[in-house]
Amino acid sequence: MSSTTNSPTHHTSTIGAIGAPSRRNTELALLVFAVVIPVFAYANVGLALDDQVPAGLLSYGLGLGLLAGVAHLAVRKFAPYADPLLLPLATLLNGLGLVCIWRLDQSKLLQSLPNFVTAAPRQLLYTALGIALFVVVLIFLKDHRVLQRYTYISMFSALVLLILPLVPGLGANIYGAKIWINIPGLGSLQPGEFAKIVLAVFFAGYLMVKRDALALASRRFMGLYLPRGRDLGPILVVWAISILILVFETDLGTSLLFFGMFVIMLYVATERTSWIVFGLLMSAAGAVGVASIEPHVKSRVQSWLDPMREYTLSRQGQLGHSEQLQQALWAFGSGGTLGSGWGQGHSDLIRFAANSDFILATFGEELGLAGIMAILLIYGLIVERGVRTALAARDPFGKLLAVGLSGAFALQVFVVAGGVMGLIPLTGMTMPFVAYGGSSVLANWALIGILIRISDTARRPAPTPAGNPDAEMTQVVRPS
Amino acid sequence: MNKPLRRIAIFCGLLVLTLLLRDNWLQYVKADQLKDDPNNRRVTIARYSTPRGDIIVGGDPITGSAENGKTGLNDLKYKRTYKNGPMWAPVTGYASQAFGATQLESIEDGILTGNDDRLFFRKTLDMITGKEQQGGNVVTTLNADAQKAAFEGLKKRGGKGAVVALEPSTGKILALASYPSYDPSSFAGNTNDDAAAWKKLQKKYNPNDPMLNRALRETYPPGSTFKVVTAAAALENGKYTSADEKTDSPLPWTMPGTTTQLKNEGNIPCENATMREALRWSCNTVFGKIGSDLGNDKMLAEAKKFGFDSEQFVPIRSSASVFSDDMNQSQTALSSIGQYNTAATPLQMAMVASAVANDGKLMKPYMVDSLESSTLDPVATTKPEELSRPLSPKNAQILQDMMKTVVEKGTGTNARISGVTVGGKTGTAQHGVENSENPYAWFISYAKLPDGSSPVAVAVVVEDESANRDDISGGGLAAPIAKNVMEAVINSKK
Repeated sequence: MSSTTNSPTHHTSTIGAIGAPSRRNTELALLVFAVVIPVFAYANVGLALDDQVPAGLLSYGLGLGLLAGVAHLAVRKFAPYADPLLLPLATLLNGLGLVCIWRLDQSKLLQSLPNFVTAAPRQLLYTALGIALFVVVLIFLKDHRVLQRYTYISMFSALVLLILPLVPGLGANIYGAKIWINIPGLGSLQPGEFAKIVLAVFFAGYLMVKRDALALASRRFMGLYLPRGRDLGPILVVWAISILILVFETDLGTSLLFFGMFVIMLYVATERTSWIVFGLLMSAAGAVGVASIEPHVKSRVQSWLDPMREYTLSRQGQLGHSEQLQQALWAFGSGGTLGSGWGQGHSDLIRFAANSDFILATFGEELGLAGIMAILLIYGLIVERGVRTALAARDPFGKLLAVGLSGAFALQVFVVAGGVMGLIPLTGMTMPFVAYGGSSVLANWALIGILIRISDTARRPAPTPAGNPDAEMTQVVRPS
Repeated sequence: MNKPLRRIAIFCGLLVLTLLLRDNWLQYVKADQLKDDPNNRRVTIARYSTPRGDIIVGGDPITGSAENGKTGLNDLKYKRTYKNGPMWAPVTGYASQAFGATQLESIEDGILTGNDDRLFFRKTLDMITGKEQQGGNVVTTLNADAQKAAFEGLKKRGGKGAVVALEPSTGKILALASYPSYDPSSFAGNTNDDAAAWKKLQKKYNPNDPMLNRALRETYPPGSTFKVVTAAAALENGKYTSADEKTDSPLPWTMPGTTTQLKNEGNIPCENATMREALRWSCNTVFGKIGSDLGNDKMLAEAKKFGFDSEQFVPIRSSASVFSDDMNQSQTALSSIGQYNTAATPLQMAMVASAVANDGKLMKPYMVDSLESSTLDPVATTKPEELSRPLSPKNAQILQDMMKTVVEKGTGTNARISGVTVGGKTGTAQHGVENSENPYAWFISYAKLPDGSSPVAVAVVVEDESANRDDISGGGLAAPIAKNVMEAVINSKK
């Protein structure tokens, strides 16, 4: 019928005002699931371990519900048009992580280790602080473009954050990786987690200004536009800093994360594929170079290539070898398709860092392939909602910042999960939201806060000129 | 900027996809391999999480399961116990929380823990009814009286040794003893005491190597007992057709291609002796010449039919016994009297006696009669299986007749049992450089009841380091043990 009324060469469609409905009620409904699922998981662990519903179930459920409710109200008030998926997904991961940490707290084996701490209450406190930080970001960061002003301050603070673990007396060398600092009375902190966000701000601000210059091509070589020599400067500097991190802090993950984030943002800013090629070549060269020289990184690579040998050497009591990776692989394998069920696995055999770097192995054993796939897809969804936010953002700074943060998040998930599953060498980073660790929880809630702010700006209806009824319905005529 | 953004979205999707693929590889494709890796502690935890099923002899369990005391970190709930551990160790093997499992305990682990797929129905039922998973039982073919006679006999002798008794008509293993032995209970747990007991049993600290299963895993030169195989080869190849035919055996006899004369033990009537007399007096010259005349290939072929050169799985693996190929005539001559490279496990020599007793038919030896679930429902039953026919029935009877003469008026008179026909062969095998070490005393035999059935064939080997060298002979040391074992079997049948 429409074909008879419309012109054959043009078609007309009618779209509403730019912007979508606020979707806050969707978010609320999803949040209910994000709170109820971990509560059931918590009850499940208690029933499996002690045949009774854990005593703290009610307070845990109320606590998580309260935190989620506060976060939701803050979004409703300060970012009403924000993406409705980000908050529930992060809450779900955080809640499941808490359950898993509590479950590992119950392990007699882990309790017998010398530096055991009851981690779950602390993680609950970190979660509360994280959500507080999330709310603070929403309240005080009215418009993400404000961050643009702090481009060079961000650069400076990122460098300070990265150098902190190397300051004598402040830095702490924990099992070979120097990525922590000790704050007396507060415990240890991983500044790298915060540097991730601050660096993304710097890169976004810097690239927004310089992207035209960087996009200029001088020569074409083998189908690639090679950048001018002097434009190579920034990428070389970031590369050098990453290598320095790798050499001095001996952390492959952080180094890969920062460099990868920069390459992604550079590519988005300049639309030049050649940067990706350069980035890959440089990171490969850097990683191989350092891995063959630096003993800590070298041993991580060897452990990745032959975890069983590492296990045997460690069992023979040789220093500098760890059976953790092989134990993690056994945990995954023993979980199989459906897993052993909450509380019924033996992932505590991983011992040290079972609830932080290796927490995914516990999920793997107790929830099985099905559970891990669900968790990976949740991470995937968070990343894709982040990139979606970048697509929808209307300003280049917002686009770059959103893609930088989501890209860094994706790389972190890949590097950590890949390491624990033996796909790539292990690094000292932790799974966002699920792993035990204050810095990680705080930084990632701040990250989600910024993404929500950008998505709110992106999806907010454009201010409509008053008194013009036609603005409500605009006729768009396109050539078909 | 949106085009590169879409590509980044795809890139991030690929990262997640890579992780998903890797996870499927780990948790689906490789899952079983990782799960069943013996180094994976979960295997041990599962093995001791429920009371383990039992290994049963003659209706009575020879194993048990006891709940571990709640001591600190122990993640293993039950501990294995053994009744009369040292006697049964060659049968059961061990299941230790700290040191893993071997032999029946390891081979039938699935049944004993209840994890075997054949127990799936039972397992599911237990799961639904909320009952603790129960392991199934392994019912063995062993005869407790025969085992006791064998073990006590070796113990009384005091030296190292082993006994294997078979039921010729089926291949059922009736006794399987090794001495010195060990008590698997002593290191079944995972405490420091268990570790100390384990350490003391290792060959490094105990030159007697008590954990070696001599009945299945040690090969000895079989000495004169191998002459039974040589006689079988002579009959099967038609070299001689009766026990009482004069053989072509000069004395002294110089081995072909050498200037060395093959010696007999003492001054015995071996010149052109019949095979019956040659076996009765254990003439090296007669059987050496038979082996040399038949040649390496024919001797090897006959030895192989008796089971030489291949491992047996009873289901515990036994070492392969050896009869070499590529030997010249003089080496074949020496090998045919059980010297040179020839080496046999006690199980192998019991199989030789058993094949002769069973009218030439060699049955596959086995020790697991059936597997049953915790509610005693049969899960699997072993059926007797023919392995080969080393002898025709006629030749087998000729050989039985010859072995009977050995026991009635030859070197094996110590094995006589009144009212029962016993056939046997003694052996005294030299070993060590220039025969410097004490010889091994061998005896293989079978018993035949008046009704013509043969309930037992047995092989005994004793390495006796303390005995006076001259005193060692198969007839003196090994035959009495064989006699007791045979009597035990016959009496338990009554």
